[in-house]
Amino acid sequence: MTNEVAVQMVDITKTFGPVVANNKVNLTIYRGEILSLLGENGSGKTTLMNMLSGIYFPDSGSVFVDGVPVTIRSPKDAFNLHIGMIHQHFKLVDVLTAAENIILGLNEKAFIDLKDVRKQVAQICDRYGFVVNPDKKVYDMSVSEKQTLEIVKVLYRGADILILDEPTAVLTPQETQKLFHVMRNMKDDGKSIIIITHKLHEVLEISDRVAVLRKGEYIGDIATQLTSAQELTDMMVGRAVSLNIDRPQCEIKRECLSVEHLSVIDADGVKKLKDVSFTAYGGEVLGIAGISGSGQKELLEAIAGLQFIQQGGSILYSSAEGEQPTQLVGRTPRDIKRMGVRLAFVPEDRLGMGLVGSMDLTDNMLLRSYKDGASPFANRANPRNLAKTVVEELEVVTPSISTPVRKLSGGNVQKVLVGREIASQPSLLMSAYAVRGLDINTSYTIYRLMNEQKMRGAAVIYVGEDLDVLLELCDRILVLCAGEVSGLVDGRNTTKEEVGLMMMHLPNKEVEA
Amino acid sequence: MKIDHKKEPIIRISKRVGIQFWKSWLIRLAAIALSLCVCALLIFALSGLNPIKVFGTMAKGVFGTQRKLMNWVRDTSVLLCIAVGLAPAFKMRFWNIGAEGQMLVGGIAAAACMIHLGNLGMPNVVLLLIMASASIIAGGVWGVIPAISKAYLNTNETLFTLMMNYIAMQFLLFFTPIWEHPAGSNKVGIINSVTKVGWLSEDQKLATPLIMLFIVLIVTVLMFAYLKYSKQGYEIAVVGESQRTAKYAAINVKNVVVRSMTISGAICGLAGFLSVAGADHTISEDTAGGRGFIAIIVAWLAKFNTFVMILIAALIVFLDKGAIALASEYSNYNLTNDVADIITGIILFFILGSEFFINYKIKFHLGKGKEEIA
Amino acid sequence: MTQLISILTTAVTFGTVIMYGALGEILTEKSGNLNLGVPGIMYLGGISGLIGAYLYETGVGAANALPVVGMIIAIVCALAGSMLGGLIFSFLTITLRTNQNVTGLTLTIISAGIANYFGGTLSKMAGGVGQISVAATSSAFRWTQSLTDGWGEFDTLFFNYGFMTYLAIVIAIVLSIFINRTTKGLNLRAVGENPATADAAGINVTRYKYLATCIGAGISGLGGLYYVMDYIKGTWANDGNIEALGWLAVALVIFATWKSLRGIWSAYLFGALCWLYYYIPGLTRSTQELFKMLPYVATIAVLLFVSFRKRKEDQPPASLGLSYFREER
Repeated sequence: MTNEVAVQMVDITKTFGPVVANNKVNLTIYRGEILSLLGENGSGKTTLMNMLSGIYFPDSGSVFVDGVPVTIRSPKDAFNLHIGMIHQHFKLVDVLTAAENIILGLNEKAFIDLKDVRKQVAQICDRYGFVVNPDKKVYDMSVSEKQTLEIVKVLYRGADILILDEPTAVLTPQETQKLFHVMRNMKDDGKSIIIITHKLHEVLEISDRVAVLRKGEYIGDIATQLTSAQELTDMMVGRAVSLNIDRPQCEIKRECLSVEHLSVIDADGVKKLKDVSFTAYGGEVLGIAGISGSGQKELLEAIAGLQFIQQGGSILYSSAEGEQPTQLVGRTPRDIKRMGVRLAFVPEDRLGMGLVGSMDLTDNMLLRSYKDGASPFANRANPRNLAKTVVEELEVVTPSISTPVRKLSGGNVQKVLVGREIASQPSLLMSAYAVRGLDINTSYTIYRLMNEQKMRGAAVIYVGEDLDVLLELCDRILVLCAGEVSGLVDGRNTTKEEVGLMMMHLPNKEVEA
Repeated sequence: MKIDHKKEPIIRISKRVGIQFWKSWLIRLAAIALSLCVCALLIFALSGLNPIKVFGTMAKGVFGTQRKLMNWVRDTSVLLCIAVGLAPAFKMRFWNIGAEGQMLVGGIAAAACMIHLGNLGMPNVVLLLIMASASIIAGGVWGVIPAISKAYLNTNETLFTLMMNYIAMQFLLFFTPIWEHPAGSNKVGIINSVTKVGWLSEDQKLATPLIMLFIVLIVTVLMFAYLKYSKQGYEIAVVGESQRTAKYAAINVKNVVVRSMTISGAICGLAGFLSVAGADHTISEDTAGGRGFIAIIVAWLAKFNTFVMILIAALIVFLDKGAIALASEYSNYNLTNDVADIITGIILFFILGSEFFINYKIKFHLGKGKEEIA
Repeated sequence: MTQLISILTTAVTFGTVIMYGALGEILTEKSGNLNLGVPGIMYLGGISGLIGAYLYETGVGAANALPVVGMIIAIVCALAGSMLGGLIFSFLTITLRTNQNVTGLTLTIISAGIANYFGGTLSKMAGGVGQISVAATSSAFRWTQSLTDGWGEFDTLFFNYGFMTYLAIVIAIVLSIFINRTTKGLNLRAVGENPATADAAGINVTRYKYLATCIGAGISGLGGLYYVMDYIKGTWANDGNIEALGWLAVALVIFATWKSLRGIWSAYLFGALCWLYYYIPGLTRSTQELFKMLPYVATIAVLLFVSFRKRKEDQPPASLGLSYFREER
């Protein structure tokens, strides 16, 4: 790290309608350093970086590159200033090859000539330790391949300042280590790297300096070696928070769901789940751990009747002690509902699956119950009352219950969704990444709600990504690896290392990352 | 390092979060006023006539006599009927461009019943009911074919429904020589012109347009209630927003697509029945005459609100009829029926464009740019 | 044999009209713009070319009119007229972000009105319906030069057309090279597939969309010009044929699965299908109409086949029909 300033952002303000995403933010980036931009979701990290990379234009404030005032009006302007950003949602064209994506928009030659591109890509790969097949189509690539391609693309364009937006969210721990290795190589090469993240251990591991944003405001920056996780958390949330999550003991324990030999193949013929078997009990929280994309989504959707299940699988559901269990395999969501299965499901994609963004709170409450009653017309009286109850009890911040949910903030959207799902007094509650992107207070509200359902005697299945949370919240943890069960451990006496290892390996078999 | 001297963008566009009701209508009214000015200029340029006098002539041409007024009511009813038929499809984000064809097959079915069942001596009401049912079924079938393909193969519905229009047109041309009257004219001619069997009413001047209006208004109200309050209407809204949410909510998306498109096609088919039994008593290439396409614009501009469609349909038919009246009044002044299309097009462009100013906010940054240069 | 030659030449001349329309629309759709105003744009191209040529020929007197000059004027006017239509569509859908389907349909309505209005006015000036004649200009469009004189049927089959027939093939090949082999073409494909990605890669999405739509409109407009100058030999007919041909062009884009080279033979196939009834014996006035359905049925068959096979390379551009706004959140 040098003392040479690469980029300086001064008094940057950006608003989206009434929302102030950045309020007079100042940020300095030095040459040859790795800077972590830390903040909770919605704190304005991505917005700030989008202005540096030319996606958004600031309402006010100025940017200096190498001490010279600049105006970045488009991504092209950013490239010319050697600034490149790797977005969280990859900016790649599916039907093109890696090499074609790399030269997109460069117009170096009139005709497409990939020979030089391949050579240069190979050089970049050698220099920093990547592997990229330039002739592979993007639609055939895995998530980590796509990310590598994004980084190579930015380097190919001669970027000296690289911005990575939550790069590890989609990676396995091994892949994360590889990425960090590459990042260190790039730093040694004199490049400045900004990594946007809200994972504290990554901040401490990789960065030289940390800058913290909170609710659109710049809180400050500090050298990583002079700080601690506790201090950073305080800066991030504004006050010390207890990291303890409750795990009450429930007296009720009965078999609720028994899954056996479950296999799922997706529309493209890829096997997503292989011979998964487990049992979920009422009165406990069953955690599901695994690298993103290990089959968690498919597992929950299979139980909800949204996946096609291979021959031989069985999902038995018992509503109460001693009752004849019901087979859920081969049933549509409608059948499952009609059979009286009280199943609540909080999916990962809140506005794309769990809720309808353009509808108001009342109509979203109606989503689960619109079919009730024999009348051809939908009854909106009960949903309206439910919406009012949810707003009051979960402290949803909304102008009114007739506001489209799309206009609410992420945390409030999730409260609406979870509120609706638990309102049905479920005997089985499934949630996928229920606290992703939420601030700490809302996250705790969600943990509390999960525990309340557990104490009611419901079986709670909690798919999570943060191992610390899983270890503190769950009674048992089922670990998935590449669509198979790689272990089932007791949340009270396991360690992060043990679960982490299971996420990477199947028993008796190495999985290549 | 390259130094950037470019100034800030002069025009900044951002999405509006919400806009007051009156403001959005003010913008639309301003757009219509502006478009009328453009039309006035155009008419002046083409003919040298005083535009204000010209608009007066248009109004007189549409509302001047009871007969003209009723023609306006009649044509508005048919256009409104198609637009209302499109509402469930569009709300579901199913781009039904095939209203033209659905209406046409409805018309063919009605004409077939009129011609082949007209001399069996059944009461007129019974025949009319048979005709209406046949039209509804024919339109429904025409709508459901692309819907099934969309539901099961995810075929692009815009292009499929568009193709169905031309197949319908070829069917009409297939039947025209079979039904032609008089022989060799290559026209179907007025059907049952003596017996008036299968006509909506013998009173063309007043009763027929009012019956048509009555039927269409009932359909309009029913559709409004269906979309807003019924369970099926709720399903349509959810499917239109997100198919994944629909599946999650235990909605059978395929069924909803097929069912809604059947309803959509059926109502467009009904418009064909109204056109044949009510307005024309014949069938030709002009039975639909592009109204299936204009109705798309009506439905879109009304944001799928069937009551707003009444206003827009009435306005468009007024413009069309007014411009035709203009052309016949001032045929020495270089105005022809085609001017109707031009005027309608200009006004539609302005209304379409005005949506931008309702959805987006525009800011000008002139002063600041200058500061930076200085 | 003679009949086969006859059907083939008919297919080529007829197919060329829709090939122009489709080639322009392929370029436009590659940028993600679905312009249903193709029929209108072909109208604009046809009438503008005709007006230009007519004013020239009456201006200098029919006897003094030079065919080549008339031809150049007609082409320039046709390009200007149809590109103006494309510009209006672009302004509304790209800058004002109006719905593309609705805007395209409106463009067709207004352009048909404009074309038929001026067609009628020209007819009146010329002394009545069907009286317009731009004989000199039309002769330049219909001038043929055989390279294989005396080869009989071979000669008739390959060298019996005006130059615009061959120009269409050249444009198809150039378009194919442009889209698939050049970096600008690569950028254009990216804009149509994923404008946000293209934008982040420094491509000026708005400019590409404007240019592709306007140049595409120009090419489509040449179809209208070819129809007026060559197919109906330099006059105007108020019969809605251009509109029907325009919709066939939209169908052809789908049939050719957005590939301009495939557009060449597909266009001729469409031409053959449209006129097949003419060569089938025993058809009545009624049944021949069923044969004219063939191009549309074939297009539906291709639509079904492509969506059944799900090959990524045959799908429409992924953002087709959607407008793009960078700061969408």
